[in-house]
Amino acid sequence: MKTLTVLASLMIAAIFSSCGGEDKPKTETGAQEAPQSMVKDAETYDPKRGEGKYTAESLALSDKLDEAQAKVGEDASNVKCTSCHKMTEEKLVGPGWKDVTKRRTGEWIMNFITNPDPMIDKDPEAQAMLELCLVRMPNQSLTDDDARAILEYMRKIDGVK
Amino acid sequence: MKNFFKIAAVTGIFAAVGLQSCKPKDTANAVSGDSGIKSYVAPGKYDEVYNFVSGGFSGQMSVYGLPSGRLLRVIPVFSNDPEKGWGYSEETKPMLNTSHGMVPWDDLHHVQLSKTNGEADGRWVFGNANNTPRVARIDLTTFRTAEIIELPNSGGNHSSPFITENTEYVVAGTRFSVPMDDANGDVGIDTYKENFKGTLSFISVGKEDGKMDIAFQIQCPGVNFDLSRAGKGVSHGWFFFSCYNTEQANTLLEVNASQKDKDFVMAVNWKKAEEYLKAGKGRKQAVRYAHNTYSEKTHTATSEIKTEVIVLDSKELKDICYFIPCPKSPHGCDVSPTGEYIVASGKLAAVIPVFSYDKMLKAIAAKSFDGEFEGIPVIKYESALYGEVKKPGLGPLHTEFDDNGNAYTSMFVSSEVVKWNIKDLKVIDRQPTFYSIGHLCVVGGDTKKPTGKYLIAYNKITKDRYLPTGPELSQSAQLFDISGEKMKLILDFPTIGEPHYAQAVLASVIKDKSVKMFKIEENAHPYVAKGEKESKVVREGNKVHVYMTAIRSHLTPDNIEGIRMGDEVYFHVTNLEQDWDVPHGFAIKGADNAELLIMPGETQTLKWTPTKVGISPMYCTDFCSALHQEMTGYVRVSPAGSNVPLKFGTGVTKPEVAAASK
Repeated sequence: MKTLTVLASLMIAAIFSSCGGEDKPKTETGAQEAPQSMVKDAETYDPKRGEGKYTAESLALSDKLDEAQAKVGEDASNVKCTSCHKMTEEKLVGPGWKDVTKRRTGEWIMNFITNPDPMIDKDPEAQAMLELCLVRMPNQSLTDDDARAILEYMRKIDGVK
Repeated sequence: MKNFFKIAAVTGIFAAVGLQSCKPKDTANAVSGDSGIKSYVAPGKYDEVYNFVSGGFSGQMSVYGLPSGRLLRVIPVFSNDPEKGWGYSEETKPMLNTSHGMVPWDDLHHVQLSKTNGEADGRWVFGNANNTPRVARIDLTTFRTAEIIELPNSGGNHSSPFITENTEYVVAGTRFSVPMDDANGDVGIDTYKENFKGTLSFISVGKEDGKMDIAFQIQCPGVNFDLSRAGKGVSHGWFFFSCYNTEQANTLLEVNASQKDKDFVMAVNWKKAEEYLKAGKGRKQAVRYAHNTYSEKTHTATSEIKTEVIVLDSKELKDICYFIPCPKSPHGCDVSPTGEYIVASGKLAAVIPVFSYDKMLKAIAAKSFDGEFEGIPVIKYESALYGEVKKPGLGPLHTEFDDNGNAYTSMFVSSEVVKWNIKDLKVIDRQPTFYSIGHLCVVGGDTKKPTGKYLIAYNKITKDRYLPTGPELSQSAQLFDISGEKMKLILDFPTIGEPHYAQAVLASVIKDKSVKMFKIEENAHPYVAKGEKESKVVREGNKVHVYMTAIRSHLTPDNIEGIRMGDEVYFHVTNLEQDWDVPHGFAIKGADNAELLIMPGETQTLKWTPTKVGISPMYCTDFCSALHQEMTGYVRVSPAGSNVPLKFGTGVTKPEVAAASK
């Protein structure tokens, strides 16, 4: 099963690479964007970190849960996330959140929820999820603070104390 | 490809031959070989210019990209637009309110961009309603109508909206003079001279928020005010209006209003008018007019009826208004970039008179008058005249300017654009248009710093320009490259409605300010649901409020039961998306109004009165994701008085949720 997923992801990556190339406009910034080579990205891309501004160092997750921050995250989730995500393992539109912080690194989650389109375009795991869900995760224009709070809320769901 | 060049070369030769024989004989030979390249904008590339075009009898405003001629947007302004729910949603209905009640149509003639230091600043664009006199302000961050103000004491708001160089005022002159609103209007129409008045409305515009308010009106003699321009640069502080029907006729106007050799341009010293206003020289008049504003916080419009306006009388306050004689039924009345020259275009005249602001001031100081008309001094024609453009063509209508000291005048009768020099008044070039050009527009052509490069002709009649579509053809706009000595036609493009005036501005002035979505956190709509947790159905007597959310790819709730015949159901749909270009739509079977189109982060309301017992499907109308087809739901309607409990939910086949009812 695992091999299959990897194979599938590789195939998708190949398809995406072959249709990337010159002058691919980004959805956000329009036509004047500089060319992007997906092939090159595929070599340097770090699937543990994802694509975006967050790194393990900049995030510096503590072992302990910040309760207050998790509450802020819960409120923000209710506005922007829970239409499509359940807190259990059950898939609604998007995957259930249970154990997401065990499946992915904190920086991957942060990069994905603040920068979904570029991630879906190149991250093998995100592409595999797209095959299952068939809806690209909408960019919900999360602020940095809200994104961080939502990650804390996810950690709480996953049992961080 | 080779063929293309061959054809291009041949067309080029034909064009050259055509020009030598003065006028092309058919529509195909007016373009030269490289016109396609000049107007070509590759897929994925942006246009260089925004072109805001009046939608005429469609009541809307359209936005084109130039030089491609691509239609980018139709902005609903004065007419209902079911596509966007404009005038149908509960939130937008108040925008079309007037002192006559809701008026779902109007005739939008002219557009005008807001200005700072006499240049387009890309903040707002204004449009007029010609029929039931109103002025609208459109916000260029959202490209939506933000405000509409009705005009009292007016009939046919034609010479409008024109704007001073820092958007201090938007002016609106009445085309049809009518009895004042507080006078007895039940008078004989043949008492025109005695009872009919013309008013000019000066609408102030809030410096920061753009809020409009009628600062004052000037009561003028009963004539027809046609177009207008604000002075600028040296003539800042003045306004110029073209007037016809100085015969003061009231029937068969095309004969009776064309008797005299000369009508007037009216020069208005609005700084002076401000002084009189401050000194309390105005008359407070009881009137009724609607003032409608749309809030992007509550996503809701409010309509207020106002009951007073201050009117200054041009007859009593001698030094506000002056008439300058102008040959035959002037239409355009256009001020050169420096503000020194006022170009008037008599529709029925054989010359274009160019007046000098400086000479006009001297004539006023020297009292070089030719008597009075209805109590207003008439300046001697020669005393204000700088010179005449001789034999410019037939039916001069409207003039705009480029950045090289040239003017371009549209000729309605002879269907051409004529380029001439402002200093020596000599004709430089003339190019045919297809057919019957009305207004024209140069990029920045009415500002202190025209950009030039492109000129667009807005033609009233199209004849054989496009594939036939029955008796009616789309009106035609034609794009000219004016970067050289000679004008070059490079593109035809169809327009909506019957376009009148338009304005164009470099895209860079506007594009980066465009709003991409509304922040859901800031949504202050009284019926917002910020997240699915807040979705609910609330019964209040026979009114049922559905707090619904929409996100890729479902509605919440998507199953509703317990609606009864006789209920009024309000679907308040909040779009939970926070992403650019992802509106959701909402429609329900049998709705007698329209659909909703809800922008990301916005709430809009559709009122639905069920007419049949049974199941009514509802769905999203804007293809939003691969699962868009699944973005649907059902509403169960039971007979009046039935006891089916109110139930609602999404993703639950047997909702446990109990109804919150009052």
